Amino acid sequence: MKLDRRQFIQRAAATSAVATAGAMFPGISFGDWPKLTGNSGMVSWQKAPCRFCGTGCGVLVGVSDGKAVAVKGDPNCSVNKGLCCMKGYHSVQALYGSDRLKKAQVRKNGQMVEVPIQEALDLVAEKLQQTKDKHGKDSVAIYGSGQWTIPDGYVASKLFKGCLGTNNVEANARLCMASAVTGFMTSFGIDEPMGCYEDMDHANVFITWGNNMAEMHPVLFSRMLANRKRRTNVQIIDFATRMTRTSQAADKSIFFKPQTDLAVANAICYEIIANDWVNWNFVGEHVSFHKGKTNIGYGTEDHFAFTDKAESIDFEEFKTFLADYTPEKVEKISGVSAKDIKYMAALYGDPSVKVTSFWCMGMNQHTRGTWINNLVYNIHLLTGKISTPGNSPFSLTGQPSACGTVREVGTLTHKLPHGVVMKEAHRKMAAEIWEVPVENIDPKPTYHTVEMFRALDRGDIKFIWIQVTNPMVTMPNLKRYRDGALKDDRFVVVSDVYPTPTTDIADVILPAAMWIEQEGMFGNSERRTQHFAQIVDPPGDAMSDTWQIIEVARRLGFEKQFPWSEKDYIEKIWEEYRRFHSGPKHEMAPYSVLSERSGVQWPFVNGKETRWRFNPKYDPACTNGKDFDFYGKKDNRAWIWARPYEPAAESPDSEYPFWLNTGRVIEHWHTGSMTRRVPVLHNAVPSSYVELHPEDAAELGVVNGEKVKIISRRGEIIMPAQINGRGVPPQGMVFVPFFDESYLINEVTLDAFCPISKQPDYKKCAVRLEKA
Amino acid sequence: MPIFSYLATPKDGAKDRLCADLTALAYCQIIPADNHDVIVLVTDTPNETTEEALQESLKNLQSLQSLDLAFGYDEN
Repeated sequence: MKLDRRQFIQRAAATSAVATAGAMFPGISFGDWPKLTGNSGMVSWQKAPCRFCGTGCGVLVGVSDGKAVAVKGDPNCSVNKGLCCMKGYHSVQALYGSDRLKKAQVRKNGQMVEVPIQEALDLVAEKLQQTKDKHGKDSVAIYGSGQWTIPDGYVASKLFKGCLGTNNVEANARLCMASAVTGFMTSFGIDEPMGCYEDMDHANVFITWGNNMAEMHPVLFSRMLANRKRRTNVQIIDFATRMTRTSQAADKSIFFKPQTDLAVANAICYEIIANDWVNWNFVGEHVSFHKGKTNIGYGTEDHFAFTDKAESIDFEEFKTFLADYTPEKVEKISGVSAKDIKYMAALYGDPSVKVTSFWCMGMNQHTRGTWINNLVYNIHLLTGKISTPGNSPFSLTGQPSACGTVREVGTLTHKLPHGVVMKEAHRKMAAEIWEVPVENIDPKPTYHTVEMFRALDRGDIKFIWIQVTNPMVTMPNLKRYRDGALKDDRFVVVSDVYPTPTTDIADVILPAAMWIEQEGMFGNSERRTQHFAQIVDPPGDAMSDTWQIIEVARRLGFEKQFPWSEKDYIEKIWEEYRRFHSGPKHEMAPYSVLSERSGVQWPFVNGKETRWRFNPKYDPACTNGKDFDFYGKKDNRAWIWARPYEPAAESPDSEYPFWLNTGRVIEHWHTGSMTRRVPVLHNAVPSSYVELHPEDAAELGVVNGEKVKIISRRGEIIMPAQINGRGVPPQGMVFVPFFDESYLINEVTLDAFCPISKQPDYKKCAVRLEKA
Repeated sequence: MPIFSYLATPKDGAKDRLCADLTALAYCQIIPADNHDVIVLVTDTPNETTEEALQESLKNLQSLQSLDLAFGYDEN
């Protein structure tokens, strides 16, 4: 039976309601459903991870007549146990926006013209080869995403690093997770959380560090709330710079001035030592103390370079370092009362209380992002509250495969699927698996993301291929990078599913398959790899990003490295990639296991997943015979770092007296290119706004909905005010969600970054306001 | 031209009455659950004015305890 568009939507509406009822009332039956929907009533349900955030909820996608018509939470997935958030429940609608890209387009005489995709791929290969021949291997680049599937990222790295010989491979996870990675590497010598979501079922105290989990990780936040309701001894502390929905649900909110989380974390450590709440057995056996460089800069200038240098110190030196961070001194810097600092320290210090700390962009998008990650680990390490159920410093990811693709496959300039380009052994391993000469792999990293777009502006990069991301909305100090990309001799290829400000600057647009229109894998925040089959067909000429890269690689002469057939290329790629992680520290599940389960946590050894790493009760990689084994570092210890408070790159002054903080809302995913095409989500929050404190609004003379001009040293924007909305910033701060391409807030933000992680700080720059 | 779906909960003992009331309204289709006091309601109205009038009619149904929105679509 052929459906018109309206009948299809009616059917999707009915199916969604039936699915919702199924989630609320297990076993509920609707015998009349097939009559209304006018078909056989046959809806097949297939598993997938959700397309959106890094939580990695398992979903069941309902398919009828070849269309995805409904979503329900997968009760067999331990991540969400059948629950979804509003984005998840509506996710299949994002497949069917009316302006979906279905044909390739090529710029001819300044106009985008539709062409067969094979012709577009010919042009991409030709331009890539020409640019490399004329300007050298480092004049071509690929910029991907934490929304790349694992195979997408793997073939991108193999082509560019292994075959073309350039380390110009980056991904937007540099903008969201790089500080978490450098935090893990510097503190533990190995990436990704030691704990898992099960920590939530054991912890007594949750402390969210600059983390609005109620909107950004709503399913996990619900699990925290459910634990608080079910158990009597659970509380949630919201440590934040502005009032959010998380604050409303928390037992206590403690507000700090931007950037001063560094000082507060040190004060908590001071207090733990001053009160002798240190877990001496743990510290003596498993911890070593270190310091690094200070006054490390902010990276706002081109070609900025920084390398940290670790020096060993002892406990007494660490204690002396902390003398500058008494609660009373830090109260003056941070605005957090000494009493509240002592309260937080007492929670961490109480040996009878299990504490899980959560964080995400607040700590990572920070010019001292690596440091603040280190400092929260310090607290957990001093008290020994780590790697046991409920005791967990837990860095949450923002994107569905920031961990799986960017961090594990290593789609960053310095990384390889195992290790880094700087190490000969790692290059040799990659060359062997990739079947390329080891000399192909350059031992020197090139450009991290901000510097990559600076290189595009300068003309050091002439060809860039952008997949599954929207940098012309998300790059900080955006105008510079958009102007740079538009320069005459730059060639920009964009693979995407909808038109965006990034496709606007493209010379070639490749229509991409989205999510369940292809087979793939994501990797979530808790080391869980999640396979999904192709469930529906992509529209028109749309093709998976993986296959687009394979097509171009073959045109460039790399048939040997990319020999797979369309029938089973994902399985073959997975099994090749898995060789990089062989061994008990990172063993990945075989394809046959992944394809059957709703996600598998690595290390996956002898058929068993690893819930808590570094703890021999759970982790087969522990071999030292002790109660913990921090095997990532050569000294087999976790590292406590003396890291000072240093101010933000740009702070409010008399000319620009407000902090600008940017972020997200629950209804929209990142730049809104998908969720703004889902009517119910779009209508819930149809456009962006600037949150103001009521007293600042009164002083400015604006009421709700009136226009405010936000001006920084880099640009300005006019947008409507929101006062006493879902979020309320303190006086002297404004907050703007970045999902709306009609209001490009990143024209105002600053491209300062953490010198260690190279991750930009989207949470702090100085602006002034005018009534528009 | 909005399309919505809801889970409609009847007042105690009023499921049959609610089914009849909803069926009597234009632009409404229902799927009653076989084994729970829940009814799936799908509405498809031609314009905003009709949608508002329908919402008003729904609000006035004596047999209706609550409506929970499950799905929404509006081309405008």
